[in-house]
Amino acid sequence: MTKKFVLGIYDDEDVLLQAIENVRAAGTKIYEVFSPYPIHGIDDVLGVKRSRLPIVAFFCGLFGMSFALWMQIWMLGFDWPMIIGGKPHIALPAFIPVTFELTVLCSAFGMVITFFIVTKLKPSFKVNVFDKRSTDDKYVMAIEVKEGVTDISALNNLLRSNGAIEVNEKEVIK
Amino acid sequence: MQHVSPIREPLVTGGKTYHDITEDVCRQVEAKPNARWAAALAVALVGLAIFLYSTYRTLWYGIGEWGLNKTVGWAWDITNFVWWVGIGHAGTLISAILLLFRQKWRTSINRAAEAMTIFAVICAAMFPVLHMGRPWLAYWVLPLPNTFGSLWVNFNSPLLWDVFAISTYFSVSLVFWYIGLIPDFATIRDRATGPIARRAYSILSMGWTGSAKAWSRHETVSLILAGLCTPLVLSVHTIVSMDFATSVIPGWHTTIFPPYFVAGAIFSGFAMVLTLMIITRKTFKLEDYITLEHVESMNKVIILTGSIVGVAYITEFFIAWYSGVEYEQYAFINRATGPYWWAYWSMMTCNVITPQLFWFRSIRRSLTATFIISIFVNIGMWFERFVIIVTSLHRDFLPSSWAMFSPTIIDIGVYVGTIGLFFTLFLLFAKFFPVINMFEVKAILKSSSEVKHHPNDAMHGTNKDSHTNTHP
Repeated sequence: MTKKFVLGIYDDEDVLLQAIENVRAAGTKIYEVFSPYPIHGIDDVLGVKRSRLPIVAFFCGLFGMSFALWMQIWMLGFDWPMIIGGKPHIALPAFIPVTFELTVLCSAFGMVITFFIVTKLKPSFKVNVFDKRSTDDKYVMAIEVKEGVTDISALNNLLRSNGAIEVNEKEVIK
Repeated sequence: MQHVSPIREPLVTGGKTYHDITEDVCRQVEAKPNARWAAALAVALVGLAIFLYSTYRTLWYGIGEWGLNKTVGWAWDITNFVWWVGIGHAGTLISAILLLFRQKWRTSINRAAEAMTIFAVICAAMFPVLHMGRPWLAYWVLPLPNTFGSLWVNFNSPLLWDVFAISTYFSVSLVFWYIGLIPDFATIRDRATGPIARRAYSILSMGWTGSAKAWSRHETVSLILAGLCTPLVLSVHTIVSMDFATSVIPGWHTTIFPPYFVAGAIFSGFAMVLTLMIITRKTFKLEDYITLEHVESMNKVIILTGSIVGVAYITEFFIAWYSGVEYEQYAFINRATGPYWWAYWSMMTCNVITPQLFWFRSIRRSLTATFIISIFVNIGMWFERFVIIVTSLHRDFLPSSWAMFSPTIIDIGVYVGTIGLFFTLFLLFAKFFPVINMFEVKAILKSSSEVKHHPNDAMHGTNKDSHTNTHP
C-alpha cells in the first residue's frame, strides 16, 4: 500500500523547531521529522514521549545479577561443593566480579536488542528514506496526505511561510 | 541549547557546513585507496604474516617455543596481554566517561578511539588463549557441566574473573561502537553510487532513517551504554590487576594495584590514541576536525594519568621498605638495581619523566613532540608490565631456582605480529568505515565551530546564544 506525503525541507534546526510548533498549532498532524543528527529540544516540540528503554536496561540488569548469583551459589555451594583456599563454599565477596560483569552484559544486550526491535532496525536492502538529504544536511518534515481531506496547496503555503526551502510530494510504500 | 563561552577554542575549524562534514568524512570511504594507505596496509600485512607464522609454531610445537622456564612462567605473553588491554581503555574512556562529563571534544575522536579499543582487545585476547597451550579446549574456561571433563570453574579465581571481564568488555564495546556507527552508515548508504556499496551499507545501517523518535531512543541507548561502560572499563583493569594482586608473590601482593593499573591503562591508551590520530588526521586531511585543541586536551589527560602512575611507583617502593618484609624489600631493590635494572629505568624515564614535558604549553601543542612522547609512553608502559611480571618472578624465595628470562624469536614474533594484526584491522576500518563520528560532530557544529561567514545567522535569530563564540 502506498501513502502520499508532503515533505517540507528545512536547512536550519532553529527554523525547523519554530516551524514544527507553528504547524502543530495550525492543527496539522506531523507524520515524522527526519534529521541528520539528534536535535536538542525536538522531543518537546514534537511531543515525542521519553523513551522507556532505561527501564528495560534496569530489569535486564537485575536479571543478569540474579542469574549470576544463582549460578555461582548453586555451582560451588550445592552442585559440587569444594574447599578452595580454606574459604567457605559460598564466598560471596569473590562472586562480585562475575556478578557485576553479567549484570552489565545482560543490561546492555537486553536494552540494545529491545532498541532494535522497537525502532524496527534490521539488516535489509530495502530502505524507506523520504529524502536522501536528510542523512546529510537537511531536515525533512513529513505530513501524510489523506485523499479528499488534506488541502495540499494550503499545506504547501503553511510549510513555505514557516521557512521551508522546498516542498515536495512523495509516495512511499508503507 | 547551551551557552558556550567565547574563550573556548573552536572544535571544528575552517568554517565547515554540515555538508562539508559529510564530504570530508565520506571522501576516503568513497575514493579509491591512496598509495600511502596501500603502502601502510602492505607493511601491516607483513606483520600479520609474522603473527600467523608465530601462532602456527606456538600451536604446533607448543609453549616450549617461547622462552618461559620453570621460574618465569609468565613473561612476554602476559606483558603483551596487559599492554593491549590497557591501550583499549582509552577508547571507552573517551566515548563513555567523556560523554557523561559532556566533553564536546570527544566527538571527533571517539569513533577511531573506540575502534582502537576493539582491535586492541582482540590482540590482547590472543595471549591468554595461546598461553593455554591447547586453545581448542578454550571453552573449558566457561562454566560448563562436569561431563565436559572438568569440575565447575573456580569462581574464586581472578583468572576466571578475567574471562568474564574481557568478554563482557569486548562485546559491550562492540555494541556501543556499532550503535554509534548506524546513523553514519546510513549517510554513506544514501550517497552510495555503486550497487555493492549501496547494499553493503544498507545492511550495515539496518534501515536507519533518522526520525525524531529513533534519535530520541538512540540518544537514550547511548547514554545508558555510556553509564554501563564507565564502571565496566574500571572493573576490567581492576580485575586484570587482581591476577597479580591476589597472589602472594612479593611485588604483586599489593592493594595499590587496581587504581594504579587503571590509571596506567588510561595513560597508555591515550598515548596510543595520539599516535594513531596524528597519523590519521594527516593521511586523511582531517586537520579541521582533529585540531590542536584536541591534541592538547588529550595531552592534559596524559599528564594527569602519567603523574598518578609516577606517584604509584614511588608509593609502591616506599611501602615495600615501610612494610619491613625482607622479601618485599628485596623484590623492589632487585627491580631497580638487579639484572633487569635497564627495564626498570626505561619504565621510569618513559612514564614518569617524559610526560612531565607536557606542562609546557608549546610542547602540548606541538604535533612532533606529542608524537614522539606518545611513542615513549607506549614503550614505557610495555616495560612497566614487563618489570612487574618478570622481575617479581625471576628471583623467588629459593635462590637455587633463580633464573633469567630471554625471549625467543617466536616470543618476539607473536608480539610484533599482534601489532601487525592491530594495524591491519585499523587500516581496514579507516578505509571502509567513517573515521569521524559525523552525526555527533554535526550536533556540536553550531555551538563549537569556528563560524567564518554566516550572514544568515542574525536572520534566523531564534537562538543567539549559540553563536556567541563566533571568532572575528
